[in-house]
Amino acid sequence: MEKFGFTVMKERHIDYDSNDKRIAEYINEREPSFRICIECGCCSATCTTGNFTRFSLREIHILLKRGENDMVREQIMKCMLCGKCILACPRGVNTRNVIMLAREAFQKITRNAV
Amino acid sequence: MREMNARVVVIGGGVAGMETAGQLARAGCRVTLVEKNTRTGGHLNDWYHLFPDRRDSTEVLKYLEKHTRHSDIDMVTGATVESVIKNHKSLIVKIAEHEDLEAGAVVIATGFDLFKSERKEEYGYGIYDNVISSADLEKMFREGSVRRHDGRIPEKIGFVHCVGSRDEKVGNLYCSKLCCVTAVKQAMEIKKHFKNAGVFCFYIDMRMGGALYEELYRESQEVYGINYIRGKVSEVSENINNRLIVKVEDTLAGRPLKMELDMLVLMAGMEMSEGGQKIAKASGLETGGNRYFRSADHHFGSNLSRVSGIFYAGTCVAPMNITETISHARAAVMDVIDYLRNKES
Repeated sequence: MEKFGFTVMKERHIDYDSNDKRIAEYINEREPSFRICIECGCCSATCTTGNFTRFSLREIHILLKRGENDMVREQIMKCMLCGKCILACPRGVNTRNVIMLAREAFQKITRNAV
Repeated sequence: MREMNARVVVIGGGVAGMETAGQLARAGCRVTLVEKNTRTGGHLNDWYHLFPDRRDSTEVLKYLEKHTRHSDIDMVTGATVESVIKNHKSLIVKIAEHEDLEAGAVVIATGFDLFKSERKEEYGYGIYDNVISSADLEKMFREGSVRRHDGRIPEKIGFVHCVGSRDEKVGNLYCSKLCCVTAVKQAMEIKKHFKNAGVFCFYIDMRMGGALYEELYRESQEVYGINYIRGKVSEVSENINNRLIVKVEDTLAGRPLKMELDMLVLMAGMEMSEGGQKIAKASGLETGGNRYFRSADHHFGSNLSRVSGIFYAGTCVAPMNITETISHARAAVMDVIDYLRNKES
């Protein structure tokens, strides 16, 4: 067939119902404090990695909960696990463990298929 | 011995009016309580459990009923007050199809109306069967059965905050203050009914500015696993499977989000009651840009109107929860007694 250079644009919206929320569920079961994040962004503000790269722990939290895993998979490898974010969190979320568990979940569930 | 001879007319038999009447009678006043419905209790009759401690609303109702069963309180129900007019030193309360009442002082406690959700047409209330209001859900809780219109159990339920509040499009710039915490309470209540249900709250800000509200919010996440999505729902539609499709910008993810739901609950805000608005107009009482009665002074005269002898109690002045309404009513009683004492001496 003749190609005219037209493409179908992918919709930008988060398709919540079709997204894979297994990573978030994996974390939820093992680190219940994951649930009580209120997305204030204090963790990201204090984060050394976040001050030099696109890495944002707050954004990672929300994307995992929405099942937007592709955007998270690489990002979480940037974390240096220093734990400053835990000290800053007003809700007492064990943020470092969230990152650890996310890495683990990607290995186990999706075999880190980047 | 009676301390004060003058009669006080209390307009409105909801929480504020009942508390005002009860406290006035205890302080030695003769009181006439006028209620437009056949039954007192106001909106409290429609609620199930109250936040933040999830106390049964009938408990508060019973307290208020006991409080107002007093030999010095005349109860006039099924009567609509039209106006309050100053006549020399006394006040004349005009009631539709009733004789006028003469009063030494009048407390207006006409309360609020719930925002009519069909006015936000884009949310489909009255169009789609499974779009309900927070009051409808409360009724379902009272009846002990939460079901979709087709009788099926809802598996995924959404709550839309700020319906009729903080919205210039409906002429309400103010925050109704109670809808956020009501949504949190109702979301938890839903999870008690259906353990495996997915519950989502769509909010602009979580306004948890009351005693124990923030703790309730936290509990809803920690214990009940309620999901919160920041963003105001723009529109709701229905698909061929009779499920609702919600469109919202997930402002924390920075992208639009689409989701299918079995049931959508609209958190209706509070508005100055229609009855109150009529009385304000007919009596020449000042109202604010938000249409509520305007108090004489924000800090020191929240219960005072600009007409001496006319007082305000409760949500006819601004949105309040029950605790605040009771406090406001009691404060009104202090002002009334002070006024009557000065007048009689």
